[in-house]
Amino acid sequence: MAVSFWEYVNDESDRLLGLMGEHAQIVLVSVAFAVVIGVGLGLLTYRTNRPRHAVLAVTGVFLTIPSFALFGLLISPLGLGTTPAVVALVMYALLPIVRNTITGLREVDPAVVESAQGMGMGRGRRLLCIELPLAWPIIITGIRVSTQILVGIAAIAAVINGPGLGKDIFRALARVGTPTALNQALAAVLGIVILGLLLDIAYLVIGRLTTSKGIRD
Amino acid sequence: MTESPPKPMKEPMIRLEGVTKRYPGQDRPAVDSIDLDIPEGEIVIFVGPSGCGKTTLMKMINRLIEPTAGRIFIQGEDVTGVNPDQLRRRIGYVIQQIGLFPHMTIAENIATVPKMLGWDKARIEKRVDELLELVGLDAPAFRSRYPKQLSGGQRQRVGVARALAVDPPVMLMDEPFGAIDPITRERLQNEFLRLQAEIRKTIVFVTHDIDEAIKMGDRIAILREGAKIAQYDTPKHILSAPADAFVADFVGAGASLKRLNLTRVSELELSYWPTLPLGTDRAEVLSLLRSSDKGSLLILDGQNRPFRWVTAHDIDRDDVPLEEAGLGPGAVVGPEATLQGALNLMLDSSHGAVVVVDGQGSYLGAVDFATVAQAIQSMRREARDQLRAAAVELSDTGGMATP
Repeated sequence: MAVSFWEYVNDESDRLLGLMGEHAQIVLVSVAFAVVIGVGLGLLTYRTNRPRHAVLAVTGVFLTIPSFALFGLLISPLGLGTTPAVVALVMYALLPIVRNTITGLREVDPAVVESAQGMGMGRGRRLLCIELPLAWPIIITGIRVSTQILVGIAAIAAVINGPGLGKDIFRALARVGTPTALNQALAAVLGIVILGLLLDIAYLVIGRLTTSKGIRD
Repeated sequence: MTESPPKPMKEPMIRLEGVTKRYPGQDRPAVDSIDLDIPEGEIVIFVGPSGCGKTTLMKMINRLIEPTAGRIFIQGEDVTGVNPDQLRRRIGYVIQQIGLFPHMTIAENIATVPKMLGWDKARIEKRVDELLELVGLDAPAFRSRYPKQLSGGQRQRVGVARALAVDPPVMLMDEPFGAIDPITRERLQNEFLRLQAEIRKTIVFVTHDIDEAIKMGDRIAILREGAKIAQYDTPKHILSAPADAFVADFVGAGASLKRLNLTRVSELELSYWPTLPLGTDRAEVLSLLRSSDKGSLLILDGQNRPFRWVTAHDIDRDDVPLEEAGLGPGAVVGPEATLQGALNLMLDSSHGAVVVVDGQGSYLGAVDFATVAQAIQSMRREARDQLRAAAVELSDTGGMATP
């Protein structure tokens, strides 16, 4: 059994790597959209009370919708394929990013912001040169968590013809009992786990390289 | 220290005219129609109980808080309508928590305003080094450090250097020494006064500590609730002639003791203390000790710096080389130290004296109890004369003279 699994992986390696590439791509594209929207929402709401709570509540609700159901629900407005898959994944990625952006910005020492303002830094410059760099380690942690969540959920996107390793899992599930079904499912799962690990390491490295030495632990 | 009654001032650096701050939903204004002239090159202290509006008043000068009414002039220019960011770049700002940018190096922190004003790189670098030396930090060692690698006192100095970056004529300081331990605070205050003697900025300084106000201020504005000015005068006059019960109460008991904070060691006639250069032989040391009434003498090293205190008892023990006899020099003070600071150290010292040294650490003289007693006596004489003069004035005018 074990031998035939590695034989399977070996025989299918090109196709599996292709699927892994697709998987990584849809995850990263979705994360990119979620960063733009999530950091944007965070910036707009972190200094207010009601809008901030509202944004956190709504994005929190997104994360509780079962993924199978959400993909299904998006068929009627958006059809099948990559577009509805990305939309659903962006919805799942929002909460950790928005929440950490808000937390990060709110945790910036008010004395630091006041001294920046007192030295004549305008609102935009303060945000760009002081607040965002100081909040960055927390924001990138949120992005990292979102990415991990999406690597798993993206597999489900195959139910609406989304790209990625999920395709192999659903194909295998449709043929349970046939000789290669188990190998096919296992290989896809293994691919997802490896992809998750690789992305996590990438985030650690990026986080370290983009955080000022003055605020690293 | 400014002397005698406040003279009519020259054109003030900062002028407040009817400055008022009202917050919506509060029936009483936080700051109520303040008129105040702040002369060029002086440290003016806003002091008062918490909640009296002193910080609000100060923050209206760089418009971190916008006044509801009134006008503020800096160097004759009405700044109530100018762009606040442009205005703030011309005014140094130091707050209690310092607020250094933790993700930037010390050099980058200091370069903040020069960069915004578009200075070129070489000029910024030169200025940063100059400022670090000015506040007593070794530029090559500190330039590329981060704030978290600095002690509280060092951060405070960087905060001052950053505020001075573009050499603004005006500085606002909000309890700048508030978050520092008492010993370091005393040292930083003295250092800052020495620095100010050099740079002559116009400084508005907020504190709740009347002792700090007396020590640091050329003039003090004592504020009561609603930022009404109870008295605006030199420290000497506030101590000897408080305008009303509120001021007297705020200055508190021990006004005469506080006056010790007004006298600098440099204004005293230092006591003579027997000294000998290092390397003098035992016999000579002993004979000088016997001929002196002080009981101990001070050995100075090759650069004329205090080296050791010795007594006859130390010299008698010939098992110890002369270089190691006696005690180390102990506490020394600079000429800018206050009499109160010197007295404190003296009470702790074993010789009843504290050594005064100049900027290079060379021996200048000593302060002992006789010096202090003399200083107190002359202060009392002065106060008596003032009271007499005031009494004469009262009987002349036949009523209360308004301050």
